[in-house]
Amino acid sequence: MITPEQRAEFRKHFRYNVGRRLVLDKIVKGVVFSCVIVAIVPLVAILVNVFSNGAAALTWNFLTEIPGAVGSDDPGGIGPAIQGTMVLIGMSSLIGVPVGVMGGIFLSEYGNNRYGRTVRFFNDVLAEFPTIVIGVFAFVLIVLTVGNFSVWAGSFALSIVMLPIIMRTTEESLKLVPVTYREAGHALGIRRYRVIFTIVLSSAKNGLVTGILLAVARIAGETAPLVFTILGSSQFISDLNGPIDALPLRIWRLSSLPYDSAVTQGWGAAFILIIMVLSINIGVRYIFLRNKEKTFLKFKKMGVAS
Amino acid sequence: MLTIKMKKGSPHVDKIFKIIALAAATYVLVIIAMIVINLVTGSAPVWQKEGISFLTGSDWNSVEDRESYGAFPYIMGTLVNAGIAMLIAVPLSFGIGMFLSELSPKLLRTPLAMVIELLAAIPSVVYGLWGLLVFRAYIQDWIETPLHNLFGDQSIIFAGTPFGLDILTASIILAIMIIPTIASISKEIMLAVPNSQREAAYMLGATKWEAFRLAVLPYSKSGLIGATILGLGRAVGETMAVTMLIGNATGAAAIPTSLFQPGQTLATIMANEFAEASQGGLHLAALVGIGLILFIMAFVINVVAHLLVAKVVKSHEGAVLA
Repeated sequence: MITPEQRAEFRKHFRYNVGRRLVLDKIVKGVVFSCVIVAIVPLVAILVNVFSNGAAALTWNFLTEIPGAVGSDDPGGIGPAIQGTMVLIGMSSLIGVPVGVMGGIFLSEYGNNRYGRTVRFFNDVLAEFPTIVIGVFAFVLIVLTVGNFSVWAGSFALSIVMLPIIMRTTEESLKLVPVTYREAGHALGIRRYRVIFTIVLSSAKNGLVTGILLAVARIAGETAPLVFTILGSSQFISDLNGPIDALPLRIWRLSSLPYDSAVTQGWGAAFILIIMVLSINIGVRYIFLRNKEKTFLKFKKMGVAS
Repeated sequence: MLTIKMKKGSPHVDKIFKIIALAAATYVLVIIAMIVINLVTGSAPVWQKEGISFLTGSDWNSVEDRESYGAFPYIMGTLVNAGIAMLIAVPLSFGIGMFLSELSPKLLRTPLAMVIELLAAIPSVVYGLWGLLVFRAYIQDWIETPLHNLFGDQSIIFAGTPFGLDILTASIILAIMIIPTIASISKEIMLAVPNSQREAAYMLGATKWEAFRLAVLPYSKSGLIGATILGLGRAVGETMAVTMLIGNATGAAAIPTSLFQPGQTLATIMANEFAEASQGGLHLAALVGIGLILFIMAFVINVVAHLLVAKVVKSHEGAVLA
């Protein structure tokens, strides 16, 4: 119950000082709006800088050639880095996508129990792990045991980064498929795995593809796990058991070189990387906003689609 | 006549499918367990040699025969760096969350939220490159030099010549990187507050701000704390951008005292010194040990954050974070 004293206090709050309160309201609105502006300024600044400086570096040779000797007149290109990033994305998807999708199927179709909740919880925790720790893990497990830096180790590390994302998005998109679809399949006498594969997965394929694309965009820009696993190289890939180069790693190495040509190349490599990552992110958003797809809004709420 | 064609197959095929799915889900738990085991065994030599002083010592010397490793400066560096970043990012993020959930016109909400989320999509190394080549000069000229001239060497936190590659610059970049995480989660949490709460406040004659303070904030408090801790988890583990900007001091010099002093965090020391460590040596074990410390920090932070956010979701029924 509200006591008369409290009532009097509420009155005081809301009936008097109207002018002052309105001014305070305006001030808060202004401050809050400026928060948004402050957050957008860096994005605009980064994009403008990367695009204007990076575009200057772009030539055909830059995209296809191997890097020149450090400090020499011919800066060469970032061909091995682009190729390496593609190879790494492909190989880590080979592990990350099937395991992630199957795990997502388990969580959605069989996971309504204690074990499912446990896996879901640790999957969420794994998704937020510092990726450098995953890199150290892959280093100790593979590089130290085998004895050399390799594409395998890098792909293994990146597959751990993408796995939780794919698992969570798969689960969420499968859950959006109405139960009646499954029941219809069972009523026809179709086995459960056929129901899941032919009915549930194909109804949810948009969500699945979105999740996989977002995971790819995420690992394309990962640097920390690669430092420990693929080492970097200035040659095109010759052996899956040897070191290779990757775009983020190349940017990092270029940024520590004191030459103007290295700086230009760094901007150029950043330009390529940002085009890759942002085009996936914006493309996925555009398609799903246009279709008013429920799945994507759900992903956004999970914080996966970022 | 209706004929139903059934393909013959093993009746166990459903079971096998379930087992494969179960195995894929279990893979996540196995990976986490293996991370723990590998980090512990990989860092065993350094724990044997240093014992507890690996956590409390501040010597960091990798010269052969004089090897000595203490992670204390880097633990402090991580906490200070993440702390300053949180001080900047949390108020800004809550402001953004409030604007998007309470004030923004419906038409603007989606594109603005999308722009904020794109900030999170930019790779860490690009932030680092931009920070190193562009942002650093601005910080040095417009913030650090005036502060240094104003307070000078008398004050502890502004001591040292502003060089741009220091704790302050790294923290500001880190803040920019975690704002989207905290902002988009807090927006969702504020949007989950039932409109009836706000309407009740408006009925009493409250302004927008008063309605937010009296009706929305108390309702979303624990969710906002969860969002903050999630941001902290990201800040603690962020590597590349910080490595490129923090200046990379080692040993006792890395214990943070001044904002304008080069520092080092757990994540950056691993990225920096890894190439110098020889395989099988104590130096490498020390770096893996640093990884173990970081793992434990991040694990605790994330478990707490997920428990808090999950509680909000349960109590609000509407799936805020799924």
